[in-house]
Amino acid sequence: MAVCVAVIAKENYPLYIRSIPTENELKFHYMVHTSLDVVDEKISAMGKALVDQRELYLGLLYPTEDYKVYGYVTNSKVKFVMVVDSSNTALRDNEIRSMFRKLHNSYTDVMCNPFYNPGDRIQSRAFDSMVTSMMIQVC
Amino acid sequence: MEGLTLSDAEQKYYSDLFSYCDIESTKKVAANGRVLELFRAAQLPNDVVLQIMELCGATRLGYFGRSQFYIALKLVAVAQSGFPLRVESINTVKDLPLPRFVASKNEQESRHAASYSSDSENQGSYSGVIPPPPGRGQVKKGSVSHDTVQPRTSADQQEPASPVVSPQQSPPTSPHTWRKHSRHPSGGNSERPLAGPGPFWSPFGEAQSGSSAGDTVWSGHSPPPPQETWVSFADTPPTSTLLTMHPASVQDQTTVRTVASATTANEIRRQSSSYDDPWKITDEQRQYYVNQFKTIQPDLNGFIPGSAAKEFFTKSKLPILELSHIWELSDFDKDGALTLDEFCAAFHLVVARKNGYDLPEKLPESLMPKLIDLEDSADVGDQPGEVGYSGSPAEAPPSKSPSMPSLNQTWPELNQSSEQWETFSERSSSSQTLTQFDSNIAPADPDTAIVHPVPIRMTPSKIHMQEMELKRTGSDHTNPTSPLLVKPSDLSEESKINSSVKFASGNTVADGYSSSDSFTSDPEQIGNNVTHQRSHSGTSPDNTAPPPPPPRPQPSHSRSSSLDMNRTFAVTTGQQQAGVVAHPPAVPPRPQPSQAPGPVVHRPVDADGLITHTSTSPQQIPEQPNFADFSQFEVFAASNVNEEQDDEAEKHPEVLPVEKASDPASSLRVAKTDSKIEEKTAASVPANVSKGTTPLAPPPKPVRRRLKSEDELRPEVDEHTQKTGVLAAVLASQPSIPRSVGKDKKAIQASIRRNKETNTVLARLNSELQQQLKDVLEERISLEVQLEQLRPFSHL
Repeated sequence: MAVCVAVIAKENYPLYIRSIPTENELKFHYMVHTSLDVVDEKISAMGKALVDQRELYLGLLYPTEDYKVYGYVTNSKVKFVMVVDSSNTALRDNEIRSMFRKLHNSYTDVMCNPFYNPGDRIQSRAFDSMVTSMMIQVC
Repeated sequence: MEGLTLSDAEQKYYSDLFSYCDIESTKKVAANGRVLELFRAAQLPNDVVLQIMELCGATRLGYFGRSQFYIALKLVAVAQSGFPLRVESINTVKDLPLPRFVASKNEQESRHAASYSSDSENQGSYSGVIPPPPGRGQVKKGSVSHDTVQPRTSADQQEPASPVVSPQQSPPTSPHTWRKHSRHPSGGNSERPLAGPGPFWSPFGEAQSGSSAGDTVWSGHSPPPPQETWVSFADTPPTSTLLTMHPASVQDQTTVRTVASATTANEIRRQSSSYDDPWKITDEQRQYYVNQFKTIQPDLNGFIPGSAAKEFFTKSKLPILELSHIWELSDFDKDGALTLDEFCAAFHLVVARKNGYDLPEKLPESLMPKLIDLEDSADVGDQPGEVGYSGSPAEAPPSKSPSMPSLNQTWPELNQSSEQWETFSERSSSSQTLTQFDSNIAPADPDTAIVHPVPIRMTPSKIHMQEMELKRTGSDHTNPTSPLLVKPSDLSEESKINSSVKFASGNTVADGYSSSDSFTSDPEQIGNNVTHQRSHSGTSPDNTAPPPPPPRPQPSHSRSSSLDMNRTFAVTTGQQQAGVVAHPPAVPPRPQPSQAPGPVVHRPVDADGLITHTSTSPQQIPEQPNFADFSQFEVFAASNVNEEQDDEAEKHPEVLPVEKASDPASSLRVAKTDSKIEEKTAASVPANVSKGTTPLAPPPKPVRRRLKSEDELRPEVDEHTQKTGVLAAVLASQPSIPRSVGKDKKAIQASIRRNKETNTVLARLNSELQQQLKDVLEERISLEVQLEQLRPFSHL
């Protein structure tokens, strides 16, 4: 379902970015990069309230002609950005939320690994396989 | 030393051995321990070994370089062949068989050596080959096992620090023998350097296993069992051993059974178990893992934290990425800590990886925490069954490998997903619980509770007013009531339109009784704005204003259906009216009671009540005359009622108010009333006065009684009702007029005058009330402003 999945660290550098290789990956990288601004905007808008009250799922960040970009941010300011195909109309908000939940779970599993240094690129195979399961459905 | 020329086979063989001995991967030096072990495995007398070592120059150097090692190996072969050990024999001896090492690991090499040395010889002696190895293997099993055990232990002692290495020393050895047998025929192990003897081994393998299962077994065993691997870190044989084992085991087991030895049985079991699952952990391995676990965590049921595990496994010198992957596989419950089972699985994977096996994508079943125990228990199963089973599992592994990953995928995924789901939900719920932990912002102030009499009054104004009214009716001069009494007295003090002054006095009064409330009510009020916990402030926010509370209660009181305040208002209004109207026509209220006994009586009732109350309060002394006046007026009104003459009433207010402030003595009024009464008697018009005057003396008391009674009876009095009463009285007076037919014109004129006067009175009353309203509104606005000013502070 997802065309591109990216995990961005607190300092706004990518920890993991993966997209369907059929398309020009650079385009997705650019979209993810521009979506960071929208994410920051959404965070700051809700920032006055306590962090706990802020919802993790940010929802649709911005739609383009072909794609829609969804965002999700954790309490540690790690962002997940997902680009989905606009033609996939059957994709509902709940499904996007569940996908982000899975991403979050896998990310925490990666963090639990003592051999993973926070800030490193995510090279976990389990994480890869999970992302693949999310993306395979598109292909 | 002479130059050493080696044949290709020898070269390969020696390089294998060297890499086997080169545990530290230096590529230059063979570990002394290994070399010694190797030499011991060569089953040469010690002195020969020493001689070899001396010859090769290792003793001089103190270590085994590659050349020394090769020389030594050559010498071993020489010695084994029976040739005397001489330096020159290295190159002189031709067709020297490769050195044979009886050590478990090296049996493979010995097989190799045998294969290298003479293919034809081996081929010819197929049958001879088969039995000897197992035979030799079996015969030497005890010795081999002992030997291997010894070097193992020595190796263990030598390398206690590297846990990865030590386990390699302890594994079962015998299986390697016939594993190596069949391994070569597999041919599938192209990567193995021992591919040379492949062709030889293939017939051997074919001969060994009639079933094609062996081939499939071999091909299927791409993930070789780590059991062999942890025998040696060298990458050469281990992988092949297991593959070779399968076809070999089928026949070997038969041969083994013939031997009938416990060790063989054990090894067979191990073999079979290894067939079941390449990733199986043997007992020895497991025991070793458990021991290692204990070094980190004495409690076998406890956890090893992630950091400790990280340090431990980093010692294995595997790349971090692979360690990370191993961790992912082995931490089954994803808790960042390793239980005993998880630790064994991780250790097993580390050993496997160290020996060159690729890490699986999914955790093998045998390594799963729950299944390891089952597998171990299955080892003690029926040998034949297992043997027979081993054949099928030999086939199964290749199919199992795809199925296993799938199985591993589904089941752990389900588990993990559910766990993850739960953890996530827990996370989210926990975060929610954290977020929902809103502390009660406004603490309930007990003072603001209904403890204090003053606050009580503030809270439910209506109820409190009613309480106070009840108290008043009982002529109880409690604190709450007295101020109120003071209030009306204050109010009554005001002569005319000084409603603001009245409010001021009321304010002071209210301050008097609400001062205690001010501080409590203030935060309450603010608190109410934030959290609706203050009912009273919620109900009457205006009332809880600290500085100008007094005006609030008044409106609230007025709003409330309280008798007293209404009465006071009535009185005040009446008094005001009396005061106001006194100057002009203060009579109208009076004639009203005279005209309309019902509504009118209320006034006197109120007045009387007020009088009675005020008489008791010290502050109301100056008011008494007013009240007294009023009562007299009321009495007069009552008398007027009796006499039904309104004209006097008009004059009364005129007269009385004038003297109100001046003469507190009622005598004057009495006199006036008397005069009025006299006038009344004289004339119908002035007779009104007399109406009020005549009953002065006697009537006051009965009137008072009446008033009192009516005071008690009457529940509410409204200014409006008063007004209406006035109007009604005025209106009612009119119909009474026509009684005197002769006085129609006069009566009409009088009524007209009365009406005008009432109009003016009412107009004045209206203006006064309007002004009161304005003042109240202004105070309300000021209070609201204060509230707003105070609000931001509450948020801090």
